[in-house]
Amino acid sequence: MSALDVTELSKTFPVGGGLLHKPGAVRAVRPVSFTVETGETLGIVGESGCGKSTLARMLVGLIEPTTGQIEIEGKPLDNADAAAFGKLIQYVFQDPVSSLNPRKTIRQIIEAPLKYLHGMAGDVRAGRIAEIFASVNLREEFLDRYPHEFCGGQAQRIGIARALAAAPRIMVLDEPVSALDVSVQAQVLNLMADLRGQFNLTYLFISHDLAVVEAVSDRIMVPYFGSVVEIGRAEDLFKTPRHPYTNLLADSAPVVGRALTAPEQRDTELPDPLNPPPGCAFAGRCPRATERCLTAEPKLRPLGDDQLAACHHPLD
Amino acid sequence: MSGFLKLLFRNRLAAVGAVIIGLICLVALATPLLPRADPDVPATADRFQRPFRPGHLLGTDHLGRDLASRLLWGTRLSLAVGVAAALIAGTIGSTIGIVAGYFGGRIDNVIMRGVDMLMAFPYILLALAIVAALGPGLMNALIAVAAVNIPFFARNIRGVTVGLAGREFIDAARLAGKGHTRIILTELLPNVASMIVIAMSTTAGWMILETAGLSFLGLGSQPPVADLGSMLGEARAALITSPHTSVVPGVMIFLIVMSINLLGDGVRNALDPRLRSGALTRPRAVTLVERRGAIPAADQKGLLNIQDLETQFHVGDRVYRAVNAVSLHVNPGEALGIIAESGSGKSVTALSVMGLVASPPGVITGGAVRYEGEDLLAATYRSLREKRGDKVAYIFQDPLSTLHPLFRVGDQLTEAIQAHHKEPDDAARARAVELLKAVRIPNAESRIRNYPHQMSGGMRQRVGIAMALANDPEVIIADEPTTALDVTVQAQILSLLDDLRRERGLAIIFITHDFDVVAQLCERVAVMYAGKIVEEGPTGAILAQPAHPYTRRLMACLPELGGGKRRLAAIPGLPPVVSDLPPGCAFAPRCDKATAACRAGEIPFDGDAAHRVHCLHPEFAPMEVLA
Amino acid sequence: MGAYILKRLISAVPVLLGITVIVFLIMSMIPGAPATATAILGSYATPENVEKLDRDRGLDKPLVTRYFIWLGNMLTGDFGRSFSLNRPVLDEILDRFNATLVLAGVAFVLCTLLGILAGVVSAARQNGFADKAFTFVVLIGISVPSFFLGMMMILTFAVNLRLLPVSGMDAIYGGGDLPDLPRYLVMPALALAVVATGVIARLSRSAMLEVLRQDYIRTARAKGVDERRVIMGHALRAAMVSIIPVLGIQAGFALSGSVYIEIVFQWPGIGRMLVDAILKRDILLVQGGVVFVAAAYVFFNIAVEVAQSLLDPRIKT
Repeated sequence: MSALDVTELSKTFPVGGGLLHKPGAVRAVRPVSFTVETGETLGIVGESGCGKSTLARMLVGLIEPTTGQIEIEGKPLDNADAAAFGKLIQYVFQDPVSSLNPRKTIRQIIEAPLKYLHGMAGDVRAGRIAEIFASVNLREEFLDRYPHEFCGGQAQRIGIARALAAAPRIMVLDEPVSALDVSVQAQVLNLMADLRGQFNLTYLFISHDLAVVEAVSDRIMVPYFGSVVEIGRAEDLFKTPRHPYTNLLADSAPVVGRALTAPEQRDTELPDPLNPPPGCAFAGRCPRATERCLTAEPKLRPLGDDQLAACHHPLD
Repeated sequence: MSGFLKLLFRNRLAAVGAVIIGLICLVALATPLLPRADPDVPATADRFQRPFRPGHLLGTDHLGRDLASRLLWGTRLSLAVGVAAALIAGTIGSTIGIVAGYFGGRIDNVIMRGVDMLMAFPYILLALAIVAALGPGLMNALIAVAAVNIPFFARNIRGVTVGLAGREFIDAARLAGKGHTRIILTELLPNVASMIVIAMSTTAGWMILETAGLSFLGLGSQPPVADLGSMLGEARAALITSPHTSVVPGVMIFLIVMSINLLGDGVRNALDPRLRSGALTRPRAVTLVERRGAIPAADQKGLLNIQDLETQFHVGDRVYRAVNAVSLHVNPGEALGIIAESGSGKSVTALSVMGLVASPPGVITGGAVRYEGEDLLAATYRSLREKRGDKVAYIFQDPLSTLHPLFRVGDQLTEAIQAHHKEPDDAARARAVELLKAVRIPNAESRIRNYPHQMSGGMRQRVGIAMALANDPEVIIADEPTTALDVTVQAQILSLLDDLRRERGLAIIFITHDFDVVAQLCERVAVMYAGKIVEEGPTGAILAQPAHPYTRRLMACLPELGGGKRRLAAIPGLPPVVSDLPPGCAFAPRCDKATAACRAGEIPFDGDAAHRVHCLHPEFAPMEVLA
Repeated sequence: MGAYILKRLISAVPVLLGITVIVFLIMSMIPGAPATATAILGSYATPENVEKLDRDRGLDKPLVTRYFIWLGNMLTGDFGRSFSLNRPVLDEILDRFNATLVLAGVAFVLCTLLGILAGVVSAARQNGFADKAFTFVVLIGISVPSFFLGMMMILTFAVNLRLLPVSGMDAIYGGGDLPDLPRYLVMPALALAVVATGVIARLSRSAMLEVLRQDYIRTARAKGVDERRVIMGHALRAAMVSIIPVLGIQAGFALSGSVYIEIVFQWPGIGRMLVDAILKRDILLVQGGVVFVAAAYVFFNIAVEVAQSLLDPRIKT
C-alpha cells in the first residue's frame, strides 16, 4: 500500500472581480495525480510560480483543493480539516524563524501537537518531548528558551522536532534548507535522512536547488506553470531528461569547470496566469515547439524506465 | 516587564510624562479626602475672585464656587471618562480587528466595509449624531467618543493581525491541531497585545481631549457637575473679564494630555521592535569614518585597493566587528570573487568601498580604500559622490527592492546618467534605450516606460545592470546579483555579465555564497569567514588545492548535480557571532586540525603573492571531491 | 484615469447610502418624538396637535418606509424644513457650509504645507536642533485643546494686543469687504490647523525615516545622486505614499475641529449650526447637516485616492 495517493488534485484561485470587472481565475495547480511509496522520498523541483508551494499546502490541509482527493495509507482525507491531516502528514516550513511563534518557549511549541492532536497528559508529555528533542540532536536546556535565541540551523531542527511530535506518517519539507548556509544545510539534510529511517517516514522534499533535490530524493517530479511536466528516478532524471524544460533546468545549474554560456539567450517569462496559452505552457520558450504544441496540451506519458514526461516532442 | 520599564524610563521625556500624570492621578484619587469646599454649591457674593485669595487659591468662578475644588473634581471626572473611553474603544475595536484580520475573506470584507463606512464620517459628526440621539450627558459623551474611536482601533489592529496571520507559525499551530479560538487567544493575542497597548496609550490623551470637547460644547457633563471641558465652556462667556476661570481648566487639560502623550510615545518606543532596533534612524549620506590606527600607506596594487579595512556596527553598547582587516584589490578588466556565507561581512566590505554602509549603526574604524591611489575614506562628500556610479558602480541583490517603485525605469536610468553628465533629456533618454539594448532587453523603446513592478525579476536585474553600466564605470561591485533569481534566469544574467565585462574591459568584484558561480565567472577568489579573508588566490589554484580547512570543507559541502542520492558533507558547529569573536582563528572551534596555537594569537597571512592563506596548518593535498 | 475616477465615484454610492442609513438609524433612536413635537408646537402642544403633527411628518409610518421617504426627498433636494429657523434645511446648510469650507480649507492647506515641511526637515536633520525644536512644538500642538488655544489667542491678539478682530466673519456677513476676510480668518484657521499640523509633521517624519532606510535609497546614492535630490526627490516621493492617506483623515479632523473653533470665534459655519440644532432638538437640521458634510467628505476622500493613484503606479487604475 502506498503512503500517499493523490488523484486529480487541483487548485484555482479566484482573482479580481468587482463592480465593473468579471472575476478571473488563476489555476495555480492543474489536476495532478501521483503516488508516493512508504519510506520513499519524492523530490519536487521547480522555479517560482510553478505551483509547488500551493501543492504542498494542499497536501497538509492548509489550503482546500478545488478538485481531487488525497489518500494516506489507503484512507481518503476530509479536505477541510487541518487537524485530521495533522496526525498523518506534517509540514516543515521554509523560514525556520518565522514558523516559530516569537512569544512562546520551545517547549510550548513542541508541546502543542502532543496536547491537541494526541491529547497526551502532562507527565507523559515531558518524557516524549525529551525523546523528540534528543532525536534532533538539540540540548534539553534549549527547551525553555525563546525562538529569537536560535540561528537558522537550530531553528529548523526545532521545526522538525515539532513536526515529529505529531508522529505523522508523511512529512512535507518545503524548501527546508534554502534559508540556511551551505555549511549548515548538510547538517539538517543528513539529520532528516536519519530520521526517515528511524521513524519509517515518507518525505516530499520541495526545493529549487537541483543538486540538493537530487542528493536526497528517490524520485523527482518537475512542475512547470501548475502542471507536472516530468517525473522519474532521481539518478536518471537530470542525466537523461525527456522534457525540454527539465533539460533547460539541468543546463542552467552552475557547474564548476563548465564555460559560462546561457542555455537560453532570450529573457523569457512565464505565461500570463490570467490568460494561459491553450497548448503546452512551455511552448513559448521551447526550441522544439511545433504547431501542435501551441494547440494541444500534452499529457504525461511513459518515456523510458520509470520516467514520464508531458511532451509532444520529447528528447531521446 | 522590568526590562520594558527600564527602557521606558531611560527615555527622559517619558519619565517626565509618567511623573506628571502620576501626580495628577494621585491627586484625583485623593480628592474626596481633601478638605476643600463643595465644588457645586454657588456663593454668588464671591463671584469671579482673582486667584491667591485666602480660602480660594485659584479664585472663584461665575457662581462664586471655589475653582481649585472644581478643578480637582473636574480632573477626576475627565480622567475617568477619558480612560474608560480608551479602554472600551480599545477592547471592542481590537476584538473586531483581530477577528477580521485572522479570518480574512468574506468576514473581513463585511467587517471592514462597515468600519470604512463609519470612517467615512468626520469623527465629530458621528459623535454629535450619537449625542443628539441619546441626549446630552457625560455618559452619552463617553459612549459617543468610544464609538467613534472603535473604527480606528479596528483598522490598526486588523493591519497588524493580517501581517501575523500570514506568518508560518499560525499555519504551524493549525497543523498542531489548535482550533481558531485557541489560535487567536494563544498565538495571535500575545503578539498583538503590545500593539494594542501602544494604540491605547497613544490615543488615550486624544480621547480625553474629545470628551472635554463635547463637554465644552455643552453636550457632555451637565451643570452643576463639571468636568474640565464644561468648566472651560462655562468660563468662555467671561473670557475677557476673568480670564483665570478659563486658564485654570485649560492648562489642566493641556497638562494631562501632554503627559499622557509623552508617556504614550515612550511606551511605543519601548515596545515597538522597529524603533528598538534603530530602524527609524536616518542613515547618513556617507558611512561614518572614525579611523583609530594609522592609515595604511599607499601601495601600488590594483585599480581599486582595499587595505586593512575595518567596519563595525555599534548597537547600544555592543560592537559587531563585521569586517576585520580585510585587504583586497582588483586590477583593470579582472573579475574577483568574494565567497562567504551569510553574516561573514562580504556585503559590508563591498558597501564600505563607496561609503554606503548605513550609519548609524555602521562605522568604518580602520584601513583605507584607494581608487587610483586616492583614499576614498578621506575623500569629501563631493568627490565621493562624483565617483559613485561614475567610476565605481554597484549591482545589488534584490532588484525589486533596489529600484525605486514610483519611477519609470527609463527615468531611473537617465537620472544615473545626468547625475554625472550634463546631457539634455532626449540624449540621455536615447542613451537609456541603448543601455537596455546592451543588456538584451527586448523592445527597449517601450520598456523604458515601464515601472519596476511591471517587469519580471530577471528583467529588473537587467535594468539594475544597465544602470551600473550607465556611465561606463571602471569597477562594478556586484553584491549577490543572482541570488534572488530562478536558476534559468541566473544562467542568463551570469553569461550577460561575463560578456559585458569582456567587451568593456570592466573590473568586477563579484560577491556570492555560491562556489559554482565564482568558479565560472572569476579569475581570482577570496574566501571570507567571520569578517576576515581566510584565503585568496587564483580560482584554478584554489579549486584544485584549497589550503584553508574552511575553504576545503565548504567546497566539500556543495552538492553537485549528477551525483545521485547520497549523504552530503557538513561542517559541524555554527559560525561565530561577530560581536563575540574568539581570539585567534575564528574557524578553530569547527576545525578538526585546530591546535592550542590556533586559539591563541593573531594568525599571519602566509603564502606567495598569488595564493595566500590565513592558517597555521594549511592543507597541501589536491582536492579530490571536485574533479 | 477617467475610468478610474468613474469607478471610484460608483463605489462611493454604497458608502453614501450606508451613511444615510447610519444617520437615519441613530436619529430614529431618539426617544420620544412627542418631545420634539412639543418643542415645535410650544404652548400649542395639546395631545391632539402633537398627534396631528406627527402624522403630518410621517412618524406613524414604519421605519423602513420613513427612511425611503426621507432618502427620496433628499435626492430631489428636499432636506425638509428646520422648525427652529423656520427655513428649508438645505438653504441653511449651503449658507453655513461655505463659511466652514473657507475655514477648514485654509486650515487644511496650512497644516499640510507646514506639517510636511516640518516632518521632512526633522527627518533630514534627525536629532539636530531643528528636529528637537520641531518635536517639542509638535508635542505641544497635539496636546493643547484647539478650543482652549483659540480662547488664548483671542485674549492675546485681540484683547490685549488689539491686532485682530475678536470673532466673527464680518468681511462676508454684515457688509465688510472681502479683503478683510484674512484678518478674521487668521486666528481661527491657525487654531484649527495646529493639531493637524502636529499629526502630519510626526507622520511625515517617521515616513521619511522609514523610507530613507530602503534599499532603493541606497541605490540612488550608489548612482551618485546628490543628497538633496535623494531626500527631496526619491525619499519624499516615496514617503508621500503613506502621507497622502493621512491627509484625507486629517481633512476629516479639520472639519471636526471646526465645530469647536466656530463656537469659540463665533464663525457662522455648519458646526455651530449643528450644535445649536442638537441643543434645540431640531432633528431634520441635524440629520441633513450630518449627511451633507459626510457626503462632502466622501467626495474629498475620492480626490485623495485619485491623487494617490497618480503618485503610485502600483495601484491598479
